[in-house]
Amino acid sequence: MPKPAKRPKLAVWKFASCDGCQLSLLDCEDELLAIAGAVEIANFPEASRAVVGGPYALSLVEGSITTPHDAERIHAIRRSSRMLVTIGACATAGGIQALRNFKNVREMTAIVYAHPEYIATLNKSTPIKDHVAVDFELRGCPVNKFQLVELISALLHGRKPNIPAFSVCMECKRRGAICIMTARGIPCMGPVTQAGCGALCPGYERGCFGCFGPKETPNSHSLSTIWSGLGVGEQDILRAYRTFNANAEPFRKEAESHEREHHQDH
Amino acid sequence: MEAGEQFILEAARLGELLSALAHQGYEVIGPSIRDGAIVYEPVHTVDDLPRGWTDEQGPGYYRLRRRDDDALFGFNVGPHSWKKFLYPASHRLFTATCQQNGTQGAFRIVEEVPSRQPRYAFLGVRACELHAIAILDKVLASPNYTDPDYKRLRESTFLVAVNCTQAGATCFCASMGTGPGADSGYDLVLTELLEGSHRFVVRAGSSRGADVLAALTTRVASAEERELASSQLDHAAAHMGRQLDTGGLQALLYRSYDHPHWEAIAQRCLSCANCTLVCPTCFCTTIEDVTDLSGDHAERWRRWDSCFTTAFSYLHGGSVRSSTKARYRQWMVHKLAAWIDQFDESGCVGCGRCIAWCPAGIDITAEARALREAQAAGAHAP
Repeated sequence: MPKPAKRPKLAVWKFASCDGCQLSLLDCEDELLAIAGAVEIANFPEASRAVVGGPYALSLVEGSITTPHDAERIHAIRRSSRMLVTIGACATAGGIQALRNFKNVREMTAIVYAHPEYIATLNKSTPIKDHVAVDFELRGCPVNKFQLVELISALLHGRKPNIPAFSVCMECKRRGAICIMTARGIPCMGPVTQAGCGALCPGYERGCFGCFGPKETPNSHSLSTIWSGLGVGEQDILRAYRTFNANAEPFRKEAESHEREHHQDH
Repeated sequence: MEAGEQFILEAARLGELLSALAHQGYEVIGPSIRDGAIVYEPVHTVDDLPRGWTDEQGPGYYRLRRRDDDALFGFNVGPHSWKKFLYPASHRLFTATCQQNGTQGAFRIVEEVPSRQPRYAFLGVRACELHAIAILDKVLASPNYTDPDYKRLRESTFLVAVNCTQAGATCFCASMGTGPGADSGYDLVLTELLEGSHRFVVRAGSSRGADVLAALTTRVASAEERELASSQLDHAAAHMGRQLDTGGLQALLYRSYDHPHWEAIAQRCLSCANCTLVCPTCFCTTIEDVTDLSGDHAERWRRWDSCFTTAFSYLHGGSVRSSTKARYRQWMVHKLAAWIDQFDESGCVGCGRCIAWCPAGIDITAEARALREAQAAGAHAP
């Protein structure tokens, strides 16, 4: 096909994160050449040091806001981006580093660093949407490369991305997988977790870890009751919600309710 | 051979049935064990069947158990239903390409060379499932609104029914009038007898069923054998794990629209959609249009959907049924009441899958009873 005269500029930005979501874009392999053909990759730290100036048609933002500097930087990116899409659990929920939100961060820096006075960090790790307007959030820890390609394709061609907010159970059932919680009694976060991974873990007889964060209208309390019935203790239920999406509100609230019950028990 | 005449097929000769079906070009799908459950998958020999296995079921609970005999169909329905084959979870409706030269960006549907359509023979279709298939026929293959893909698959499918000689703890087909014995809609029906020699009572329900039956090594069933098969069905009917009182149920559900009990159900309901996806009659789908990165290639896919998602009832401005309460009520009232207005029969066949595969163990028969009792109590309140 003849290339459009001017390809839209795509930029990838990194905040507090492990870079795994950026790597998902590199992991696209078969589709990577097509992506490079469809867009001009203007900034992509994991792929190249070359940076092309803005404005950008599409900015993919990885990572959470954890420092005063980053809290400023995200505004500049927003101003130079027509579409801003956050990718991954850090950017959409605060990530695993949001575990600090439930502790005193000054105490932790004092333990970890020899000179904590040099550490300029915020008390909380927060998602990008807490700071600037976000056009779409792509979930996952890391994001799923097929969803990433689907999203870029949809945005390039002005159509609705097919990225549902329903449960992992929908993916399990569509692929004919057997429910491990019902047939084996394995605790699974699937019923409260958003689809997108293709029901990866239940397909290997592992309970869902909730990497994609809370699904639409999650009933975390009911799931915790089921887990208790399977013999999972309060502390382990709390930990199940305190992972990559600990700061996502439905998971945060559910964990807090078990924290209270746990403290009442002791 | 007279119509409805019953024959005996020794269990050791069941392989002849699989061979006869394969010989006629059918892909035989039947029960087999995978990942801790009895599922419906291609079977090639009798050894693929779950010989000596059964299942133990309850609300939100399913476990395989060993039997103390060699029964081949000594279990009840599992997580899969036959809609998986007749109405697949993901199905491409068409592909289209955009010719930049000439038509200037217009998409054209690619006429696909019809691939070889599978011709299925379903082995081990239970009475409730025959009724579920009949319900899907009414919805998807009625003369006015026909799904051509469903109709084509359905018409070529050969159905080998198996009567249920035991009822599971979540079964209530007797309440729904759909089992445990198959009454119609099959090509062949088997009743497994374990007393004495392991054998099947076989009856043809169609001419193509009679043709297959004629190819098997059988003998005419004795009066005692026919009686034994019949008494086993009576026993199963009398030992249903659950009951659903359908008397006045439709009106009861309509009257219960604002009842607070729906909120009590919503406290437990995960809105995960498992109930609808395991239901053998839930037929709702969504349509996804996808393009590739170049934008020159597009596809339209049909995928299983569920009334438990918010997108299902999304209209301009938002989801009509935003609360879980509204979604559970929609599903249950449609299944047991509105379905009757639409299709002149209940949408529930009493298979119990929605009870067993609900992670929260919500039991549709218990919820119907709770609504009935709550209304009765309300009617007598001062």
